[in-house]
Amino acid sequence: MTAAVAMEGIAKNFGGVRAVDDVSLELFPGEVHGLLGHNGAGKSTLVGVLSGALRPDTGRILVAGHEVRIRSPRGARELGIETIYQDLALADNLDPVANVFLGRERTRFGVLLDEGAMERAALDALARVRPDRPRWRSPVGRLSGGERQAVAIARALLGDVRVLVMDEPTAALGPAETRRVGELIRRLAGEGMAILLVSHDLHDVHALSDRFTVMKNGARVASVQREAVTRDDLLELIIAGAADSAG
Amino acid sequence: MAHAAEAIRSAGFDPRLAAMTAALALVGLAFDRASEGAFLTPRNLYNLAVQTSAVGIMACGMVLVIVARHVDLSVGSLLGVTGMTIAVLQAEVLPDAGQWPIAVALGLFAGAAIGAVQGWWVAWRGLPAFVVTLAGLMIFRGATYLLTDGRTVAPLAPGFERIGGGLDGSLGVAASWALGLGVVALYSGWVAWQRRERARHGVAGRSPAADSARVLVAAAAVLGFVALMNAHTLPRSEEGRGVPLPVLVLAAVAVLMHGISRATRFGRHVYAIGGSPAAAARAGIDVRRVTLGVFVLMGALAAVSGALTAARLGAGTSSMGTLSELAVIAAAVIGGTSLSGGVGSVAGAVLGALLMQSLENGMVLLGVSSAVRQVAIGSILVLAVQADVWVSSRRETP
Repeated sequence: MTAAVAMEGIAKNFGGVRAVDDVSLELFPGEVHGLLGHNGAGKSTLVGVLSGALRPDTGRILVAGHEVRIRSPRGARELGIETIYQDLALADNLDPVANVFLGRERTRFGVLLDEGAMERAALDALARVRPDRPRWRSPVGRLSGGERQAVAIARALLGDVRVLVMDEPTAALGPAETRRVGELIRRLAGEGMAILLVSHDLHDVHALSDRFTVMKNGARVASVQREAVTRDDLLELIIAGAADSAG
Repeated sequence: MAHAAEAIRSAGFDPRLAAMTAALALVGLAFDRASEGAFLTPRNLYNLAVQTSAVGIMACGMVLVIVARHVDLSVGSLLGVTGMTIAVLQAEVLPDAGQWPIAVALGLFAGAAIGAVQGWWVAWRGLPAFVVTLAGLMIFRGATYLLTDGRTVAPLAPGFERIGGGLDGSLGVAASWALGLGVVALYSGWVAWQRRERARHGVAGRSPAADSARVLVAAAAVLGFVALMNAHTLPRSEEGRGVPLPVLVLAAVAVLMHGISRATRFGRHVYAIGGSPAAAARAGIDVRRVTLGVFVLMGALAAVSGALTAARLGAGTSSMGTLSELAVIAAAVIGGTSLSGGVGSVAGAVLGALLMQSLENGMVLLGVSSAVRQVAIGSILVLAVQADVWVSSRRETP
């Protein structure tokens, strides 16, 4: 099967610091992929390259087998790569509908906001994420953590998404919300989406992921199927970076 | 309090605007009683409306500036330098007094250009707007003086002076009625069109009763205002004056700015930047360009006020607009604009300007000295914002 997106030999330096060093990563349709590592392991830099926020020094990116250049967050979005940041990047003073369409508002006659069309599409997107859709006409700052995340996910799902990157998706949520987000992630993967879960905490992503890539000090130390390793093996990889302890 | 707000909201009205309207009515009744009926007369309300225009117009722009997490302290000086430019151009540069519209157009362009320069310093050079526009306050006040070495420029073109709202500076009775009815018709059409649009997409809108109430309230306000302005007659005549031209300009600016802030992509982006600049940037919004646009609009609106002020004075003076930046910011803040950004409405700012000017006007009627007026208005500003903080903190709880 062709990878939905493949990163090959990515390297990125900041000044003299090698943040990412020759890392490759493949995400397949229908697969949930956990990207693990301590803070500072290079996860965020790698995600920044994939989401168009950063340009790699070397390496290439293929989307569905074709080499692409991702020059901006908008460019990534046009290739079907959506990123949900840990802070969700919402405007707290605006309502869910406005947030879902932020930066890509629909208009009538080229100038007037097409509120009717946006509300319709946003409600449909929200319903896909969460059956009990949040109060969509009050500012998102007044919503709960789970509702806010639903808005961020609905925004990501608005376009034709092939790859969904989620940075620490459950770190700020309670147990019930975490379970809901987990179900949603499995459902989206079931629809053929490739999902990258980025976390420093194995506990958050272990049960959800089909495969893991572990990073340490900017390098990839392992890429393994979940069945091939135990949790302890993974913890060992994250902490010690010992590539020989697992396949 | 919370119940009343909820009832007003479910009837389709903004509780804050309703509260401000109630405050205005109370202030009006109190002054009228204290002045033995001198406040709520067509004549005084006509003057009050004209007096509110210049500050009200700038307050419409200041809302967007403050919503975008900036401030513009230079608007009073901008009013001065653009008003003086317009005066000098028509009185001393252009060969014919009938060419005053060219002078006004150049003045508006100058205001927008100055706004662009200040916006560039803020957006591209990253300087705080407070500093850039504080410098602007000094620079453009000095420039206003330098344009004529402090000399007052007069007389101005008669056609130009009309827009100041003087003796022949109003629409007249028939045109005022026609305009009022036209506005009501347009507003009804807009409400009906919105209903159709929402129905077309199958999303819930306001109830028919709420929409009808909005149209009725708007019609009563507009036509009541026209009747009031028509009731103020020209000297030694039965002929009503009608809507003053500066108020017409204020109304046009308010409608335009309200539309920009609520119904365009640009306005939506201004609010998004105010809510979270980082989130706006990640959503692909060009924060610098939007910021520049906000300052350009502000500059152009200050020039509009500059033109009205010069026309009303019948002269260009080097002190025009001095300290009016404070009245403008106060109007926006009383109108519910949050200085931390992201929240505010054009309608609120216009009502805020009207409230401030009512206090000023009423105290003048009562013969209150200017020193006492300053103390009173300053105190009311603090109390009004305090009340607002208190009410909205009670409403916050989800």
